[in-house]
Amino acid sequence: MIGLEHYLTVAATLFVIGIFGLFLNRKNIIILLMSVELILLSVNINLVAFSSFAQDLVGQVFTLLVLTVAAAEAAIGLAILVSFFRNRGTIAVEDVNVMKG
Amino acid sequence: MIQADLNVILPEILLSLYAMFALLGGVYGGKDRLSVPLIFATAGVFVILAFIVSGSSNGTQTAFGGMFINDGFARFSKVLILVSAAVVLIISPDYLRSRKLLHFEYPILIALSVVGMMMMVSSGDLMSLYMGLELQSLCLYVVASMRRDSLKSTEAGLKYFVLGALASGLLLYGASLCYGYAGTTSFEGIIAAAGDDHADVGLLIGLVMILSGLAFKVSAVPFHMWTPDVYEGAPTPVTAFFATAPKVAAMALFARVMHDAFGGIVGDWQQVVALISVLSMYLGAIAAIGQSNIKRLMAYSSIAHMGYALMGLASGTAYGVEAMLTYMTIYVTMNIGTFAFILMMERDGQPVTDIASLSMLSRAAPGKALAMLVLLFSLAGVPPSLGFFAKWGVWNAALDAGLIWLVVASAVASGIGAYYYLRIVYLMYFGQEPQDALDRRRAPILGTVMSVSALVMVVGVVSLFGIEGAAEAAANTLLR
Repeated sequence: MIGLEHYLTVAATLFVIGIFGLFLNRKNIIILLMSVELILLSVNINLVAFSSFAQDLVGQVFTLLVLTVAAAEAAIGLAILVSFFRNRGTIAVEDVNVMKG
Repeated sequence: MIQADLNVILPEILLSLYAMFALLGGVYGGKDRLSVPLIFATAGVFVILAFIVSGSSNGTQTAFGGMFINDGFARFSKVLILVSAAVVLIISPDYLRSRKLLHFEYPILIALSVVGMMMMVSSGDLMSLYMGLELQSLCLYVVASMRRDSLKSTEAGLKYFVLGALASGLLLYGASLCYGYAGTTSFEGIIAAAGDDHADVGLLIGLVMILSGLAFKVSAVPFHMWTPDVYEGAPTPVTAFFATAPKVAAMALFARVMHDAFGGIVGDWQQVVALISVLSMYLGAIAAIGQSNIKRLMAYSSIAHMGYALMGLASGTAYGVEAMLTYMTIYVTMNIGTFAFILMMERDGQPVTDIASLSMLSRAAPGKALAMLVLLFSLAGVPPSLGFFAKWGVWNAALDAGLIWLVVASAVASGIGAYYYLRIVYLMYFGQEPQDALDRRRAPILGTVMSVSALVMVVGVVSLFGIEGAAEAAANTLLR
Protein backbone atom coordinates (compact mmCIF):
# COMPACT_ATOMS: atom_id res chain seq x y z
CA MET A 1 0.00 0.00 0.00
CA ILE A 2 1.41 3.36 -0.99
CA GLY A 3 0.93 5.86 1.81
CA LEU A 4 1.36 9.59 2.22
CA GLU A 5 4.97 9.25 3.33
CA HIS A 6 5.97 7.66 0.00
CA TYR A 7 4.69 10.65 -1.91
CA LEU A 8 6.39 13.02 0.51
CA THR A 9 9.66 11.15 0.10
CA VAL A 10 9.51 11.42 -3.69
CA ALA A 11 8.73 15.12 -3.41
CA ALA A 12 11.54 15.73 -0.91
CA THR A 13 13.99 13.85 -3.14
CA LEU A 14 13.02 15.90 -6.18
CA PHE A 15 13.32 19.07 -4.11
CA VAL A 16 16.82 18.19 -2.97
CA ILE A 17 17.87 17.23 -6.52
CA GLY A 18 16.60 20.63 -7.67
CA ILE A 19 18.52 22.51 -4.96
CA PHE A 20 21.72 20.58 -5.73
CA GLY A 21 21.20 21.20 -9.42
CA LEU A 22 21.16 24.92 -8.72
CA PHE A 23 24.28 24.94 -6.58
CA LEU A 24 26.53 22.25 -8.00
CA ASN A 25 25.87 22.80 -11.68
CA ARG A 26 28.77 24.62 -13.34
CA LYS A 27 27.82 24.15 -16.95
CA ASN A 28 24.69 25.61 -18.35
CA ILE A 29 22.08 28.12 -17.29
CA ILE A 30 19.34 26.08 -18.96
CA ILE A 31 20.04 23.42 -16.34
CA LEU A 32 19.40 26.05 -13.66
CA LEU A 33 15.98 26.70 -15.18
CA MET A 34 15.28 22.97 -15.22
CA SER A 35 16.26 22.72 -11.56
CA VAL A 36 13.86 25.52 -10.70
CA GLU A 37 11.07 23.66 -12.48
CA LEU A 38 11.99 20.51 -10.57
CA ILE A 39 11.63 22.37 -7.25
CA LEU A 40 8.22 23.71 -8.22
CA LEU A 41 7.05 20.27 -9.36
CA SER A 42 8.15 18.69 -6.11
CA VAL A 43 5.98 21.25 -4.34
CA ASN A 44 3.08 20.26 -6.56
CA ILE A 45 3.48 16.59 -5.66
CA ASN A 46 3.48 17.57 -2.00
CA LEU A 47 0.35 19.65 -2.37
CA VAL A 48 -1.60 17.07 -4.32
CA ALA A 49 -0.58 14.28 -1.94
CA PHE A 50 -1.62 16.26 1.12
CA SER A 51 -4.81 17.36 -0.55
CA SER A 52 -5.88 13.86 -1.58
CA PHE A 53 -5.05 12.31 1.79
CA ALA A 54 -6.82 15.07 3.73
CA GLN A 55 -9.86 14.97 1.39
CA ASP A 56 -9.52 18.72 0.95
CA LEU A 57 -9.55 20.43 -2.45
CA VAL A 58 -7.61 23.56 -1.49
CA GLY A 59 -4.26 21.91 -2.15
CA GLN A 60 -5.20 21.09 -5.72
CA VAL A 61 -6.36 24.64 -6.32
CA PHE A 62 -2.97 25.78 -5.02
CA THR A 63 -1.29 23.35 -7.43
CA LEU A 64 -3.09 24.89 -10.39
CA LEU A 65 -1.93 28.34 -9.32
CA VAL A 66 1.65 27.11 -8.94
CA LEU A 67 1.58 25.50 -12.40
CA THR A 68 0.39 28.75 -13.97
CA VAL A 69 2.99 30.85 -12.22
CA ALA A 70 5.72 28.34 -13.07
CA ALA A 71 4.89 28.68 -16.76
CA ALA A 72 5.08 32.47 -16.54
CA GLU A 73 8.32 32.23 -14.63
CA ALA A 74 9.91 29.95 -17.21
CA ALA A 75 8.88 32.32 -20.00
CA ILE A 76 10.44 35.31 -18.26
CA GLY A 77 13.55 33.35 -17.35
CA LEU A 78 14.11 32.28 -20.96
CA ALA A 79 13.53 35.84 -22.17
CA ILE A 80 16.16 37.20 -19.79
CA LEU A 81 18.48 34.36 -20.77
CA VAL A 82 18.14 35.21 -24.48
CA SER A 83 18.98 38.87 -23.91
CA PHE A 84 21.94 37.84 -21.76
CA PHE A 85 23.16 35.50 -24.50
CA ARG A 86 22.99 38.30 -27.07
CA ASN A 87 25.36 40.39 -24.97
CA ARG A 88 27.70 37.73 -23.68
CA GLY A 89 27.68 35.12 -26.45
CA THR A 90 27.64 32.22 -24.01
CA ILE A 91 25.34 30.72 -21.42
CA ALA A 92 27.91 28.89 -19.31
CA VAL A 93 27.34 29.47 -15.60
CA GLU A 94 30.96 30.37 -14.97
CA ASP A 95 30.76 33.20 -17.48
CA VAL A 96 28.09 35.03 -15.49
CA ASN A 97 30.82 36.97 -13.74
CA VAL A 98 31.04 40.54 -15.00
CA MET A 99 30.18 41.79 -11.54
CA LYS A 100 32.03 40.24 -8.64
CA GLY A 101 30.09 38.58 -5.86
CA MET B 1 -21.50 38.97 -1.36
CA ILE B 2 -19.21 39.24 -4.38
CA GLN B 3 -19.99 42.95 -4.53
CA ALA B 4 -18.72 43.42 -0.98
CA ASP B 5 -15.57 41.44 -1.80
CA LEU B 6 -14.90 43.53 -4.87
CA ASN B 7 -15.32 46.72 -2.87
CA VAL B 8 -12.59 45.61 -0.50
CA ILE B 9 -10.06 45.07 -3.28
CA LEU B 10 -11.16 48.09 -5.31
CA PRO B 11 -7.74 49.88 -5.23
CA GLU B 12 -5.98 46.78 -6.58
CA ILE B 13 -8.61 46.31 -9.30
CA LEU B 14 -8.35 49.94 -10.35
CA LEU B 15 -4.57 49.77 -10.55
CA SER B 16 -4.55 46.55 -12.59
CA LEU B 17 -7.17 47.98 -14.96
CA TYR B 18 -5.08 51.13 -15.31
CA ALA B 19 -1.99 49.04 -16.08
CA MET B 20 -3.80 47.07 -18.77
CA PHE B 21 -5.27 50.13 -20.43
CA ALA B 22 -1.90 51.87 -20.27
CA LEU B 23 -0.39 48.84 -21.99
CA LEU B 24 -3.00 49.03 -24.75
CA GLY B 25 -2.41 52.76 -25.06
CA GLY B 26 1.33 52.23 -25.22
CA VAL B 27 1.09 49.59 -27.92
CA TYR B 28 -1.37 51.41 -30.16
CA GLY B 29 -0.32 54.97 -29.39
CA GLY B 30 3.12 55.31 -30.90
CA LYS B 31 5.09 53.21 -28.41
CA ASP B 32 7.91 55.02 -26.68
CA ARG B 33 6.70 58.52 -27.49
CA LEU B 34 4.13 58.07 -24.77
CA SER B 35 6.53 56.94 -22.08
CA VAL B 36 7.13 60.26 -20.30
CA PRO B 37 3.43 61.14 -20.01
CA LEU B 38 2.79 57.55 -18.97
CA ILE B 39 5.41 57.76 -16.22
CA PHE B 40 3.81 60.88 -14.77
CA ALA B 41 0.29 59.49 -15.21
CA THR B 42 1.27 56.34 -13.33
CA ALA B 43 2.78 58.41 -10.53
CA GLY B 44 -0.48 60.39 -10.42
CA VAL B 45 -2.53 57.21 -10.24
CA PHE B 46 -0.36 55.97 -7.36
CA VAL B 47 -0.92 59.19 -5.43
CA ILE B 48 -4.69 59.12 -6.02
CA LEU B 49 -4.82 55.50 -4.89
CA ALA B 50 -2.79 56.37 -1.80
CA PHE B 51 -5.49 58.92 -0.94
CA ILE B 52 -8.26 56.40 -1.62
CA VAL B 53 -6.56 53.75 0.52
CA SER B 54 -5.81 56.08 3.41
CA GLY B 55 -9.26 57.68 3.28
CA SER B 56 -11.16 54.41 3.06
CA SER B 57 -12.98 53.02 6.06
CA ASN B 58 -11.33 52.18 9.33
CA GLY B 59 -11.48 48.75 10.79
CA THR B 60 -10.71 45.38 9.31
CA GLN B 61 -12.48 43.96 6.28
CA THR B 62 -11.81 40.61 4.70
CA ALA B 63 -12.66 39.44 1.21
CA PHE B 64 -12.84 36.10 -0.58
CA GLY B 65 -13.19 33.98 2.51
CA GLY B 66 -10.33 35.59 4.41
CA MET B 67 -7.81 35.41 1.55
CA PHE B 68 -7.52 39.16 1.41
CA ILE B 69 -7.36 41.33 4.52
CA ASN B 70 -7.71 45.09 4.46
CA ASP B 71 -6.74 46.28 7.92
CA GLY B 72 -4.90 49.28 9.33
CA PHE B 73 -1.54 47.55 8.92
CA ALA B 74 -2.18 46.81 5.25
CA ARG B 75 -3.37 50.38 4.62
CA PHE B 76 -0.29 51.91 6.26
CA SER B 77 2.04 49.74 4.17
CA LYS B 78 0.08 50.36 0.99
CA VAL B 79 0.25 54.12 1.37
CA LEU B 80 3.99 53.90 1.97
CA ILE B 81 4.47 51.62 -1.05
CA LEU B 82 2.32 53.78 -3.37
CA VAL B 83 3.90 57.08 -2.37
CA SER B 84 7.48 55.82 -2.59
CA ALA B 85 6.82 54.18 -5.96
CA ALA B 86 5.30 57.45 -7.21
CA VAL B 87 8.35 59.46 -6.14
CA VAL B 88 10.72 56.95 -7.72
CA LEU B 89 8.77 57.22 -11.00
CA ILE B 90 8.97 61.00 -10.88
CA ILE B 91 12.76 61.00 -10.50
CA SER B 92 13.34 58.43 -13.29
CA PRO B 93 12.71 60.17 -16.66
CA ASP B 94 15.93 62.26 -16.71
CA TYR B 95 18.20 59.26 -16.39
CA LEU B 96 16.12 57.08 -18.68
CA ARG B 97 16.19 59.75 -21.37
CA SER B 98 19.95 60.21 -21.24
CA ARG B 99 20.46 56.47 -21.55
CA LYS B 100 17.79 55.99 -24.22
CA LEU B 101 15.79 53.74 -21.96
CA LEU B 102 12.44 55.47 -22.20
CA HIS B 103 10.40 52.35 -22.87
CA PHE B 104 6.70 52.69 -22.18
CA GLU B 105 6.73 49.30 -20.45
CA TYR B 106 8.69 50.70 -17.52
CA PRO B 107 5.84 52.51 -15.71
CA ILE B 108 3.46 49.66 -16.54
CA LEU B 109 5.73 47.02 -15.05
CA ILE B 110 6.19 49.21 -11.98
CA ALA B 111 2.40 49.54 -11.69
CA LEU B 112 1.90 45.78 -11.94
CA SER B 113 4.59 45.09 -9.38
CA VAL B 114 2.88 47.58 -7.08
CA VAL B 115 -0.35 45.60 -7.49
CA GLY B 116 1.65 42.54 -6.41
CA MET B 117 3.00 44.37 -3.39
CA MET B 118 -0.47 45.51 -2.36
CA MET B 119 -1.61 41.90 -2.61
CA MET B 120 1.35 40.80 -0.49
CA VAL B 121 0.69 43.17 2.40
CA SER B 122 -3.01 42.25 2.45
CA SER B 123 -2.64 38.52 2.10
CA GLY B 124 -4.52 36.36 4.56
CA ASP B 125 -3.76 33.02 2.98
CA LEU B 126 -0.70 31.21 1.66
CA MET B 127 -2.18 31.25 -1.84
CA SER B 128 -2.75 35.00 -2.01
CA LEU B 129 0.68 35.47 -0.44
CA TYR B 130 2.29 33.42 -3.20
CA MET B 131 0.38 35.09 -6.04
CA GLY B 132 1.20 38.57 -4.76
CA LEU B 133 4.84 37.73 -4.24
CA GLU B 134 5.22 36.25 -7.71
CA LEU B 135 3.41 39.11 -9.44
CA GLN B 136 5.83 41.50 -7.77
CA SER B 137 8.93 39.39 -8.41
CA LEU B 138 8.24 38.61 -12.07
CA CYS B 139 7.85 42.32 -12.82
CA LEU B 140 11.04 43.13 -10.92
CA TYR B 141 13.07 40.51 -12.84
CA VAL B 142 12.07 42.20 -16.06
CA VAL B 143 12.76 45.79 -14.99
CA ALA B 144 16.17 44.74 -13.62
CA SER B 145 17.23 43.61 -17.09
CA MET B 146 15.49 46.49 -18.83
CA ARG B 147 18.69 47.73 -20.46
CA ARG B 148 18.74 44.96 -23.02
CA ASP B 149 21.97 45.98 -24.73
CA SER B 150 23.98 46.12 -21.53
CA LEU B 151 25.79 43.06 -20.27
CA LYS B 152 25.65 44.24 -16.67
CA SER B 153 21.91 44.85 -16.70
CA THR B 154 21.03 41.50 -18.26
CA GLU B 155 23.43 39.72 -15.93
CA ALA B 156 21.79 41.44 -12.97
CA GLY B 157 18.39 40.32 -14.22
CA LEU B 158 19.62 36.76 -14.72
CA LYS B 159 21.14 36.50 -11.24
CA TYR B 160 18.07 38.05 -9.67
CA PHE B 161 15.83 35.65 -11.57
CA VAL B 162 17.70 32.46 -10.68
CA LEU B 163 18.09 33.29 -6.99
CA GLY B 164 14.58 34.73 -6.79
CA ALA B 165 13.11 31.58 -8.28
CA LEU B 166 15.07 29.51 -5.76
CA ALA B 167 13.67 31.64 -2.93
CA SER B 168 10.12 31.26 -4.24
CA GLY B 169 10.73 27.51 -4.42
CA LEU B 170 11.87 27.38 -0.80
CA LEU B 171 8.91 29.48 0.30
CA LEU B 172 6.52 27.35 -1.66
CA TYR B 173 7.88 24.10 -0.27
CA GLY B 174 7.44 25.56 3.19
CA ALA B 175 3.90 26.57 2.29
CA SER B 176 3.11 23.04 1.11
CA LEU B 177 4.36 21.61 4.41
CA CYS B 178 2.29 24.15 6.34
CA TYR B 179 -0.74 23.15 4.31
CA GLY B 180 -0.10 19.50 5.00
CA TYR B 181 0.45 19.77 8.72
CA ALA B 182 -2.09 22.51 9.47
CA GLY B 183 -4.66 21.13 7.01
CA THR B 184 -5.43 24.57 5.66
CA THR B 185 -3.72 27.42 3.85
CA SER B 186 -5.43 30.28 5.65
CA PHE B 187 -3.44 32.16 8.27
CA GLU B 188 -6.32 31.85 10.74
CA GLY B 189 -6.29 28.08 10.34
CA ILE B 190 -2.52 27.87 10.66
CA ILE B 191 -2.42 29.93 13.84
CA ALA B 192 -5.14 27.69 15.30
CA ALA B 193 -3.26 24.54 14.30
CA ALA B 194 0.08 25.82 15.55
CA GLY B 195 -1.31 26.31 19.04
CA ASP B 196 0.13 28.51 21.74
CA ASP B 197 3.21 26.67 22.79
CA HIS B 198 5.30 24.53 20.49
CA ALA B 199 4.04 23.46 17.11
CA ASP B 200 4.85 20.06 15.67
CA VAL B 201 7.94 19.47 13.57
CA GLY B 202 6.37 19.52 10.12
CA LEU B 203 4.87 22.93 10.72
CA LEU B 204 8.19 24.19 12.10
CA ILE B 205 10.09 23.04 9.01
CA GLY B 206 7.46 24.81 6.93
CA LEU B 207 7.90 27.94 9.04
CA VAL B 208 11.67 27.93 8.61
CA MET B 209 11.41 27.51 4.84
CA ILE B 210 8.85 30.31 4.51
CA LEU B 211 11.11 32.41 6.68
CA SER B 212 14.11 31.83 4.42
CA GLY B 213 12.07 32.67 1.33
CA LEU B 214 10.98 35.93 2.93
CA ALA B 215 14.52 36.67 4.14
CA PHE B 216 15.59 36.49 0.50
CA LYS B 217 12.99 39.06 -0.49
CA VAL B 218 14.13 41.51 2.19
CA SER B 219 17.80 40.67 1.38
CA ALA B 220 18.66 39.59 4.91
CA VAL B 221 21.94 37.85 5.45
CA PRO B 222 22.21 34.26 4.49
CA PHE B 223 20.21 35.16 1.37
CA HIS B 224 21.71 38.53 0.47
CA MET B 225 24.12 37.45 -2.32
CA TRP B 226 22.01 38.87 -5.12
CA THR B 227 21.67 42.37 -3.70
CA PRO B 228 25.00 44.05 -4.58
CA ASP B 229 25.09 42.64 -8.12
CA VAL B 230 21.49 43.50 -8.88
CA TYR B 231 21.85 47.00 -7.45
CA GLU B 232 24.99 47.60 -9.47
CA GLY B 233 23.78 46.13 -12.73
CA ALA B 234 20.24 47.50 -12.88
CA PRO B 235 19.65 51.02 -14.25
CA THR B 236 19.84 53.53 -11.37
CA PRO B 237 16.10 54.46 -11.21
CA VAL B 238 15.32 50.75 -11.05
CA THR B 239 17.85 50.38 -8.24
CA ALA B 240 16.14 53.24 -6.43
CA PHE B 241 12.86 51.39 -6.82
CA PHE B 242 14.37 48.11 -5.55
CA ALA B 243 15.67 49.86 -2.46
CA THR B 244 12.30 51.32 -1.49
CA ALA B 245 8.83 49.92 -2.27
CA PRO B 246 9.64 46.17 -2.58
CA LYS B 247 11.58 46.30 0.67
CA VAL B 248 8.59 47.83 2.46
CA ALA B 249 6.26 45.22 0.97
CA ALA B 250 8.53 42.31 1.85
CA MET B 251 9.06 43.59 5.37
CA ALA B 252 5.32 44.09 5.88
CA LEU B 253 4.67 40.60 4.51
CA PHE B 254 7.28 39.24 6.89
CA ALA B 255 5.47 40.85 9.82
CA ARG B 256 2.10 39.67 8.53
CA VAL B 257 3.15 36.03 8.19
CA MET B 258 5.05 35.92 11.46
CA HIS B 259 2.23 37.46 13.50
CA ASP B 260 -0.93 36.41 11.64
CA ALA B 261 0.06 32.83 10.91
CA PHE B 262 2.68 32.04 13.54
CA GLY B 263 1.81 34.60 16.22
CA GLY B 264 1.13 31.88 18.76
CA ILE B 265 4.62 30.41 18.60
CA VAL B 266 6.69 33.58 18.86
CA GLY B 267 9.33 31.71 20.86
CA ASP B 268 9.97 29.39 17.92
CA TRP B 269 10.90 32.07 15.41
CA GLN B 270 12.13 34.91 17.59
CA GLN B 271 15.70 33.63 17.91
CA VAL B 272 15.96 32.89 14.19
CA VAL B 273 14.83 36.38 13.23
CA ALA B 274 17.17 37.91 15.83
CA LEU B 275 20.08 35.93 14.38
CA ILE B 276 19.26 36.94 10.78
CA SER B 277 18.99 40.53 11.93
CA VAL B 278 22.34 40.61 13.71
CA LEU B 279 24.14 38.89 10.80
CA SER B 280 22.65 41.38 8.32
CA MET B 281 23.78 44.34 10.37
CA TYR B 282 27.35 43.11 10.60
CA LEU B 283 27.67 41.96 7.01
CA GLY B 284 26.18 45.22 5.76
CA ALA B 285 28.52 47.25 7.94
CA ILE B 286 31.72 45.36 7.20
CA ALA B 287 31.36 44.44 3.53
CA ALA B 288 30.47 48.00 2.55
CA ILE B 289 33.82 49.36 3.70
CA GLY B 290 35.76 48.15 0.68
CA GLN B 291 33.27 49.32 -1.95
CA SER B 292 34.17 51.94 -4.53
CA ASN B 293 30.86 51.93 -6.38
CA ILE B 294 28.15 53.94 -4.67
CA LYS B 295 25.37 51.65 -5.89
CA ARG B 296 27.09 48.60 -4.40
CA LEU B 297 27.60 50.59 -1.23
CA MET B 298 23.89 51.38 -1.09
CA ALA B 299 23.19 47.66 -1.52
CA TYR B 300 25.22 46.79 1.55
CA SER B 301 23.68 49.75 3.34
CA SER B 302 20.22 48.37 2.61
CA ILE B 303 21.24 44.93 3.89
CA ALA B 304 22.32 46.55 7.16
CA HIS B 305 19.13 48.60 7.37
CA MET B 306 17.01 45.49 6.87
CA GLY B 307 18.90 44.03 9.82
CA TYR B 308 17.77 46.92 12.02
CA ALA B 309 14.19 46.71 10.79
CA LEU B 310 14.15 42.95 11.48
CA MET B 311 15.25 43.76 15.01
CA GLY B 312 11.85 45.35 15.56
CA LEU B 313 10.19 42.16 14.34
CA ALA B 314 12.47 39.98 16.45
CA SER B 315 11.03 41.55 19.57
CA GLY B 316 7.71 39.92 18.64
CA THR B 317 5.51 42.62 20.15
CA ALA B 318 3.10 45.24 18.82
CA TYR B 319 5.63 47.89 19.80
CA GLY B 320 8.22 46.04 17.74
CA VAL B 321 5.99 46.08 14.65
CA GLU B 322 5.35 49.78 15.23
CA ALA B 323 9.10 50.45 15.45
CA MET B 324 9.63 48.43 12.28
CA LEU B 325 7.00 50.42 10.36
CA THR B 326 8.47 53.72 11.56
CA TYR B 327 11.94 52.49 10.60
CA MET B 328 10.80 51.52 7.11
CA THR B 329 9.12 54.91 6.59
CA ILE B 330 12.27 56.79 7.54
CA TYR B 331 14.48 54.38 5.59
CA VAL B 332 12.43 54.87 2.42
CA THR B 333 12.49 58.65 2.77
CA MET B 334 16.25 58.88 3.14
CA ASN B 335 16.93 56.30 0.43
CA ILE B 336 14.85 58.22 -2.10
CA GLY B 337 16.86 61.35 -1.33
CA THR B 338 20.15 59.50 -1.66
CA PHE B 339 19.18 57.93 -4.95
CA ALA B 340 18.06 61.31 -6.28
CA PHE B 341 21.62 62.40 -5.54
CA ILE B 342 23.11 59.34 -7.26
CA LEU B 343 20.93 60.04 -10.30
CA MET B 344 22.44 63.52 -10.47
CA MET B 345 26.02 62.19 -10.59
CA GLU B 346 27.15 62.66 -14.19
CA ARG B 347 30.38 63.40 -15.97
CA ASP B 348 30.35 64.59 -19.59
CA GLY B 349 26.70 63.61 -19.77
CA GLN B 350 27.42 60.03 -18.73
CA PRO B 351 26.19 58.67 -15.39
CA VAL B 352 29.00 57.74 -13.00
CA THR B 353 28.78 55.71 -9.82
CA ASP B 354 32.36 56.01 -8.63
CA ILE B 355 32.65 57.21 -5.04
CA ALA B 356 36.03 58.84 -5.76
CA SER B 357 34.35 61.22 -8.20
CA LEU B 358 32.64 62.90 -5.26
CA SER B 359 35.83 64.37 -3.86
CA MET B 360 35.62 68.09 -3.02
CA LEU B 361 32.01 68.24 -4.12
CA SER B 362 31.48 70.83 -1.37
CA ARG B 363 33.39 73.37 -3.48
CA ALA B 364 31.71 72.56 -6.79
CA ALA B 365 28.16 72.22 -5.47
CA PRO B 366 27.87 73.29 -1.83
CA GLY B 367 24.09 72.92 -1.59
CA LYS B 368 24.10 69.41 -3.00
CA ALA B 369 26.98 68.38 -0.76
CA LEU B 370 25.20 69.74 2.31
CA ALA B 371 21.99 67.87 1.51
CA MET B 372 23.98 64.66 0.92
CA LEU B 373 25.79 65.23 4.23
CA VAL B 374 22.47 65.37 6.08
CA LEU B 375 21.24 62.22 4.30
CA LEU B 376 24.46 60.32 5.01
CA PHE B 377 24.38 61.32 8.69
CA SER B 378 20.81 60.11 8.79
CA LEU B 379 21.67 56.81 7.09
CA ALA B 380 24.48 56.33 9.60
CA GLY B 381 22.13 57.15 12.48
CA VAL B 382 24.07 60.10 13.89
CA PRO B 383 22.00 61.48 16.80
CA PRO B 384 20.35 64.73 15.76
CA SER B 385 19.03 63.25 12.52
CA LEU B 386 15.86 61.28 11.91
CA GLY B 387 17.82 58.11 11.15
CA PHE B 388 18.90 58.00 14.78
CA PHE B 389 15.30 58.06 16.00
CA ALA B 390 14.48 55.18 13.68
CA LYS B 391 17.21 53.11 15.35
CA TRP B 392 16.16 54.39 18.77
CA GLY B 393 12.68 52.95 18.19
CA VAL B 394 13.86 49.45 17.30
CA TRP B 395 16.36 49.48 20.17
CA ASN B 396 13.58 50.33 22.60
CA ALA B 397 11.38 47.58 21.19
CA ALA B 398 14.16 44.99 21.52
CA LEU B 399 14.93 46.16 25.05
CA ASP B 400 11.27 45.79 26.01
CA ALA B 401 11.39 42.22 24.76
CA GLY B 402 14.51 41.54 26.82
CA LEU B 403 16.87 41.13 23.87
CA ILE B 404 19.72 43.09 25.44
CA TRP B 405 22.47 41.23 23.55
CA LEU B 406 20.79 42.19 20.28
CA VAL B 407 20.72 45.88 21.22
CA VAL B 408 24.38 45.88 22.23
CA ALA B 409 25.42 44.03 19.08
CA SER B 410 23.47 46.40 16.85
CA ALA B 411 24.90 49.48 18.56
CA VAL B 412 28.39 48.18 17.78
CA ALA B 413 27.37 47.38 14.19
CA SER B 414 25.98 50.87 13.65
CA GLY B 415 29.28 52.27 14.94
CA ILE B 416 31.19 50.21 12.35
CA GLY B 417 28.65 51.13 9.68
CA ALA B 418 29.03 54.86 10.36
CA TYR B 419 32.60 54.64 9.02
CA TYR B 420 31.72 54.19 5.37
CA TYR B 421 29.05 56.86 5.37
CA LEU B 422 31.40 59.31 7.02
CA ARG B 423 34.12 58.40 4.53
CA ILE B 424 31.93 59.83 1.77
CA VAL B 425 31.37 62.97 3.84
CA TYR B 426 35.13 63.24 4.32
CA LEU B 427 35.70 62.90 0.57
CA MET B 428 33.13 65.57 -0.21
CA TYR B 429 34.58 68.10 2.22
CA PHE B 430 38.26 67.32 2.69
CA GLY B 431 39.08 65.08 -0.28
CA GLN B 432 41.68 65.68 -2.91
CA GLU B 433 41.16 68.02 -5.81
CA PRO B 434 39.44 65.93 -8.53
CA GLN B 435 40.98 65.62 -11.98
CA ASP B 436 37.70 65.87 -13.81
CA ALA B 437 34.79 67.21 -11.85
CA LEU B 438 31.21 66.09 -12.08
CA ASP B 439 28.93 68.00 -14.41
CA ARG B 440 26.94 70.84 -12.98
CA ARG B 441 23.49 69.86 -14.05
CA ARG B 442 20.23 71.61 -13.71
CA ALA B 443 17.86 68.91 -12.58
CA PRO B 444 14.99 70.68 -10.83
CA ILE B 445 12.96 67.56 -9.97
CA LEU B 446 15.90 65.58 -8.62
CA GLY B 447 17.17 68.57 -6.68
CA THR B 448 13.77 69.20 -5.13
CA VAL B 449 13.24 65.58 -4.15
CA MET B 450 16.69 65.42 -2.62
CA SER B 451 16.38 68.66 -0.66
CA VAL B 452 12.90 67.78 0.59
CA SER B 453 14.19 64.42 1.76
CA ALA B 454 17.17 66.06 3.49
CA LEU B 455 14.89 68.64 5.06
CA VAL B 456 12.61 65.91 6.40
CA MET B 457 15.63 64.30 8.04
CA VAL B 458 16.20 67.50 10.04
CA VAL B 459 12.71 68.89 10.60
CA GLY B 460 11.14 65.48 11.20
CA VAL B 461 12.96 65.17 14.49
CA VAL B 462 10.43 67.52 16.10
CA SER B 463 7.34 65.37 15.74
CA LEU B 464 8.15 62.62 13.19
CA PHE B 465 5.17 64.07 11.25
CA GLY B 466 2.79 61.90 13.23
CA ILE B 467 4.17 58.74 11.62
CA GLU B 468 4.59 57.10 14.99
CA GLY B 469 0.91 57.43 15.86
CA ALA B 470 -0.16 55.99 12.52
CA ALA B 471 2.39 53.18 12.82
CA GLU B 472 1.16 52.39 16.32
CA ALA B 473 -2.46 52.16 15.16
CA ALA B 474 -1.35 49.97 12.24
CA ALA B 475 0.70 47.66 14.45
CA ASN B 476 -2.19 47.25 16.86
CA THR B 477 -4.49 46.04 14.10
CA LEU B 478 -1.95 43.36 13.19
CA LEU B 479 -1.63 42.04 16.75
CA ARG B 480 -5.22 41.95 17.82
